Amino acid sequence: MEHLKFEFKGSVRQQGCQQTTLVGVVSSGNLEVMLENVDLDGLCRINVSTSAQGFAEIWQAVLNDFVARYNLADLQISINDGGATPAVVCLRLDQAMEEYLETST
Amino acid sequence: MSDLSGIHRGHSYYEATARSRISKLLDSNSFRELLGPAERITSPHLESLGQPCSFNDGIIIGSGRLNDLPVLIASQEGGFMGGAVGEVHGAKLTGLLERAVDERPAAVLLLLESGGVRLHEANAGLIAISEVIRALLVTRDAGIPVLGLIGGAYGCFGGMGIVARCCDALIINEEGRLGLSGPDVIETTMGVEEFDSTDRALVWRTVGGKHRYLLGEVQCLVEDDIAAFRVAAIENIDKAQPLSLESLQQEHLALSQRLANYGQCQDGINIWEKMGIDDPQELPLMNIPSFLVVVENHVQGKL
Repeated sequence: MEHLKFEFKGSVRQQGCQQTTLVGVVSSGNLEVMLENVDLDGLCRINVSTSAQGFAEIWQAVLNDFVARYNLADLQISINDGGATPAVVCLRLDQAMEEYLETST
Repeated sequence: MSDLSGIHRGHSYYEATARSRISKLLDSNSFRELLGPAERITSPHLESLGQPCSFNDGIIIGSGRLNDLPVLIASQEGGFMGGAVGEVHGAKLTGLLERAVDERPAAVLLLLESGGVRLHEANAGLIAISEVIRALLVTRDAGIPVLGLIGGAYGCFGGMGIVARCCDALIINEEGRLGLSGPDVIETTMGVEEFDSTDRALVWRTVGGKHRYLLGEVQCLVEDDIAAFRVAAIENIDKAQPLSLESLQQEHLALSQRLANYGQCQDGINIWEKMGIDDPQELPLMNIPSFLVVVENHVQGKL
């Protein structure tokens, strides 16, 4: 198991989104993504637990793209990963954001 | 067959995740999760084995309403380790059943999808299953019906197969499978001559929904649609079965009768033939409404 932590400076704060959003299932080549509203002083924090070791740079690249798309602040993202490919990770992150933003008031 | 007119159809139970099954089965927006993912109550064993954990440990529990009646509900996620029952997973299920005795909902719904014990967690998983069975029987003894729903890709086997058969009533789709040792386990331990687990048709003739329905082990056979499961759950919500020494003895009698009648049969088809069904080889090909008509007078009494 490898545990990775990433932090990004974000500027968009969502109003009224539900506290917790979870999508995906931890299985081979798949992952679960949980979004939580947390006061992080403007940061977006992403914690990844993955069964595939040695892919920190790939995670960094995928998450850079994700953050560039949404630029969110005060959001904690927690990922349990069963060795998903970058494309599946992107898909799940977008799915999580879609569900999260749907709950916005 | 239940009347499904006026109900939103088109959501396969087989393909849905544990979470989406709950939201489409219960009255809309009525589900409230207990010990949700944000609480991070995860397996204490998987990390040390180098396995990823899940924030739900493969089971979602909570309360909600079904046709405006209060229910408690659990839903196993087959995608996470085949729905296998670990220490936390089992404790959530046990806790939900114990809660039912305190809260007295109209029923407890168990959406079962599991290969059984999570063997990585060894004794903790095995003990969890017996705790679930004890809690289930205590709940039934308190007069609260427990309904099992089976119809996911991973079937319902091992310890959870036993749990299923302890319920008041079971609802299954054709795709659903119910058994103790699963096909792969039988082949691994007894050899391919005993059971060829790659023979899909044989698997379904042995542990599939239609066969389990014919044997009287499940009470409702429905189409693979969450709406159909919902209708069947509503119909069975108040059908608590007696739980007594007498009912147990009757069940044992029926089981020995079944063994005497069909113990020599090598295949589901032989059993269906002995039941007196014309053209038994046609049964696997029939859609659910036609199947239910053809077998109407042949279904074995409830076991």
